[in-house]
Amino acid sequence: MALDVRKNEPTDTLAGLDALELAGATARPSPLTRVWSAAWPMLAAIGIALLFWQAVVWSGWKDPWVLPGPTETLPIFFDQITSGSFWAAVGLTMQRALVGFAVSVAIGVLVGALVSRFMVLRRAFGSLITGLQTMPSIAWFPLAILLFQLSEKAILFVVVLGAAPSIANGLIAGVDYTPPILLRAGKVMGLRGINLYRHLIMPASLPSFVAGLKQGWAFAWRSLMAGELLVIIGDTTSLGVLLSHARELNNTADMISYMIVILVIGIVIDQLFGVVDRAIRTRWGLD
Amino acid sequence: MTQALPTGTAAPGRTAAAVRLAGVSKAFGSGSGALLALDHVSLDVAPGEFVCLLGASGCGKSTLLNLVADLDAPSAGTIDVGGSRVALMFQEPALFPWLNVTANIELALKTRGVPRSERRARAAELLESVHLGGFAKKRPHQLSGGMRQRVALARALALTVAEEGDERGTVLLMDEPFGALDAMTRDLLHDEIERIWRERGLTVLFVTHNVREAVRLGDRVVLLSSRPGRVVEEFPVPMERPRRIDSTEVARLAATITDRLREEVGRHGA
Repeated sequence: MALDVRKNEPTDTLAGLDALELAGATARPSPLTRVWSAAWPMLAAIGIALLFWQAVVWSGWKDPWVLPGPTETLPIFFDQITSGSFWAAVGLTMQRALVGFAVSVAIGVLVGALVSRFMVLRRAFGSLITGLQTMPSIAWFPLAILLFQLSEKAILFVVVLGAAPSIANGLIAGVDYTPPILLRAGKVMGLRGINLYRHLIMPASLPSFVAGLKQGWAFAWRSLMAGELLVIIGDTTSLGVLLSHARELNNTADMISYMIVILVIGIVIDQLFGVVDRAIRTRWGLD
Repeated sequence: MTQALPTGTAAPGRTAAAVRLAGVSKAFGSGSGALLALDHVSLDVAPGEFVCLLGASGCGKSTLLNLVADLDAPSAGTIDVGGSRVALMFQEPALFPWLNVTANIELALKTRGVPRSERRARAAELLESVHLGGFAKKRPHQLSGGMRQRVALARALALTVAEEGDERGTVLLMDEPFGALDAMTRDLLHDEIERIWRERGLTVLFVTHNVREAVRLGDRVVLLSSRPGRVVEEFPVPMERPRRIDSTEVARLAATITDRLREEVGRHGA
């Protein structure tokens, strides 16, 4: 009898303990609440920026035709974003951005995989890649123009040089910082060679890789904007071309409109990477 | 009770040992800077025996398990596991955070060549055996420390799955598996590991620095010295199972072993 009680008890206690440990982890705010709590600080920041801008205009620091206020600029901004030719320019810029980023990912992954795999390559190129990452990509343009003249290739060259090192470094860091305890578990399981990469090292380096992609995108976008201002190809119209035309015509309101669009595109894409990053963190319980 | 061996000696002559260490030494590094972690350790563990290895810091407990698990090679001596399937679990659950609980176990089954069609059912059975049948789709971070450690146990058992008719034994190596858990969870997991050991006829080599835990679980407690690790003394645990960690018998033997352990550790301060 006494033995029976002892036999049943541990399992019940175990189930009870499990239930207690897991309780209270389920409460999540509704989607609407979450969207609002994310949105209002941004809206407030936009409001403050507009107010500041208006305050500078009111102060009379610059003549209104040099620096127009939000009330003059915003109608022009809305005219611009409802015109087809403007979106054609954005389309060309985005096409360059995506192609450049895709090539950067391909090269970054290849270089990152090789460097993280082979110690000799690591010693040879590890610090060079980090060096490239910190080098302002605009410094590559004189060489790019000499090599490729004023062409798409010149822009692509610089965009890739700007973005690929970050992507490679993200992958290398991910492989390097695979938790040793997981590597030990993998060893116990007998994971070796390609299986070790497939089942352990690749998934383990995913968060760092995504961080590298995000940084790579930021560098690609910056390099592209610099490129479009410097490398103007024939009669193509891109965001950079629009921007320099607006400056030549002293058309500040148009210029500011383009800048707002460039900023917003940068933010939106950065947010997309942020969503992926947060999804991984939530799934893995890294927060 | 059926499993309590009458004495601590590894029943020589009955069957071959499940694990046999003969004069095993392990040094790290070389020359004058070499560190001797294990020094001529000899130990026989009988099939189905539960042996606890006890020692202070630096006694080479983890090194010893790594050697038995074939993750490292001894500098001298031989280790024979007689073809047994060997699995190792650590103090950390070391589950893969990108896989849910079932997928973690299925991956272990995959590395042991279990066909895809059988993996789901085998994983479910293993989870059921650690009373986590209802948590198959959870991710490791959604579980408590004790639950994660049970998943890790199920995964270790998955590494020892046998095909029909495979009569080889199973050796489970445990490296302070409950060291990071609270006392209540730990006590419950003692019951669990004892039950699974008995049901599956496992041979267990269990490393701990907790003397009472060693007495609660082991058929035999092997005391190791530190720097280098040597077998100092073996203590058979004649008490019937199931034991309680807070019983007077356990406490009495634990006190004897603790005295011996302190004496051993004290030599380093002298």
